[in-house]
Amino acid sequence: MIITNELTKRFESTLAVDRLTLEVHDGEIFGFLGPNGAGKTTTLRMLSALIGPTSGKARVAGYELGAQDREIRRHVGILTETPGLYDRLSAERNLAFFAQLYEVEDVAGQVERYLRLLGLWERRGDEAGTFSKGMRQKLAIARAMLHEPQVLFLDEPTSGLDPEAAHLVRDFIADLKQEGRTIFLCTHNLDEADRLCDRIGVFNTRLLALDTPAALRRQLYGRASVFHLRQLLPSHADVVRGLGFVHSVQAVENKLVVTLDDPEAQNPAIVRALVEAGAEIQFVGELRRTLEDVYLRLVGNEGRKPSSS
Amino acid sequence: MRKMWIIARKEWSEVFKNRMVLFTVAFMPLMLTALPLIILSQIRSSGDMGGMSLADLPSGFSQMCAGLTGGECAQYYFVSSFMLLFMILPLAIPATIASYSIVGEKTTRTLEPLLATPITTLELLAGKAVGAAIPAILATWGSFLVFAGGAMLMSISRSVVGRLLDPLWLMAVFVVGPLLAVAAVSVAVMVSSRVTDPRVAEQLSVLVILPLIGLFAGNMTGLIIINDTLILWMTGVMVVVDAILFSFAVRLFRRESILTRWK
Repeated sequence: MIITNELTKRFESTLAVDRLTLEVHDGEIFGFLGPNGAGKTTTLRMLSALIGPTSGKARVAGYELGAQDREIRRHVGILTETPGLYDRLSAERNLAFFAQLYEVEDVAGQVERYLRLLGLWERRGDEAGTFSKGMRQKLAIARAMLHEPQVLFLDEPTSGLDPEAAHLVRDFIADLKQEGRTIFLCTHNLDEADRLCDRIGVFNTRLLALDTPAALRRQLYGRASVFHLRQLLPSHADVVRGLGFVHSVQAVENKLVVTLDDPEAQNPAIVRALVEAGAEIQFVGELRRTLEDVYLRLVGNEGRKPSSS
Repeated sequence: MRKMWIIARKEWSEVFKNRMVLFTVAFMPLMLTALPLIILSQIRSSGDMGGMSLADLPSGFSQMCAGLTGGECAQYYFVSSFMLLFMILPLAIPATIASYSIVGEKTTRTLEPLLATPITTLELLAGKAVGAAIPAILATWGSFLVFAGGAMLMSISRSVVGRLLDPLWLMAVFVVGPLLAVAAVSVAVMVSSRVTDPRVAEQLSVLVILPLIGLFAGNMTGLIIINDTLILWMTGVMVVVDAILFSFAVRLFRRESILTRWK
């Protein structure tokens, strides 16, 4: 649904996007993560045909960027970083205006549908300027959806929202995936990206990594099991190190963190070795690296202690 | 062009809730209509013009007073100078509306979602232009009609009324006026494409009325006489100028620059 090939954007002497090549599949929620100033919004603006690339190519919703920009804009919806609503117009009037520009056939019907879907129908006659931040964000999401776009670009959809509103928006995004829409999600909320996204791309002017969250964790940190013991003795660590399939063993308080390839198959052997060495095992778990660990390692900040499940 | 009207209707819904715009659209026509009527009324009640002769007036103007007495010609002379104000209205009002309309979109962050729709730059700017020009034109025509009614009541003679409402001024108000409005909007669009503050855009755009001010001063001093020939020339020139200015305005409106450089 979105294919880019060496997509590049330069603003005078500043290289904002460097040869971005990626593919977002139909019906996928794709997370696009990166630090401030990484070029995420610039990428989003290029893919939604708001600005043109310096070089490279892209196809969005089946249309060629640069040659079919109007068609791209007809078939994509965008939630910009700030809602950008007409404060002096009512919610209903705001949506009706954009529905007309998007050539929606049943303007009144679509406006009502999305106002109801996002819980704004009762406030349809109120000026958008009187809305809370969460309501403005929901209204902006409704605006992005009115013309039933195949592709949605969402730039920080839950930014600044309270937990309840953020939860509602995340559920809404998950529902959109069930409808088969393709969603390109820019977010700083790594937990949100971990929960929602099928794949993520970590970006800092250029693409640093692209894969599922689980695969990225494995690629960067491998897999590890954590054995919680009643009392950890040096001999316990030595016994585990002696097993040929173990890559590394780290003793942390009363825990042994063991790096290995296949915990499901190899944990029983470790448990047997520890029990034979006199260890009392309280429980065994897998060490789960967070997406934050992955992200920080990729963009260059290491040294955080891992969290375990 | 359907989208042009969609934009224009949205402008009318929104821009007039801005007090500065509302003040300009409401107060300026009132003031510029009241001035010539007050002068007419004063001239009529004072009777001072009765003793004036054509020799007391600029020679170029007195040539236009065939069939009028000196006093009637003097009344016609003073009031016709203020008729130019009905040509300033279609310049000043659209400049205010268009400035807030375009730069205001950027400052309120509504321009990006608007440009994300499949609307062309021509449709967008034409909509903004129509949204700004039509209220100004209607305000001007309305003011002129009020003036015409008042003039019939306050002029010292029907001859003066006939001169004030002759085809010369009707053409100036109903033909040249709208052409001036389009020029003002085009200038406002060009300025708004470059500046980032609505008030700066408004102040720069309103400079477009300087040529009319010069015409006003020239007419008052007798250096320039507003006659049929001048009005016809203005009509022809404005048609060409409008076409050039609007096409310039569309070319100068750089979506990418406006989106990425304005903060």
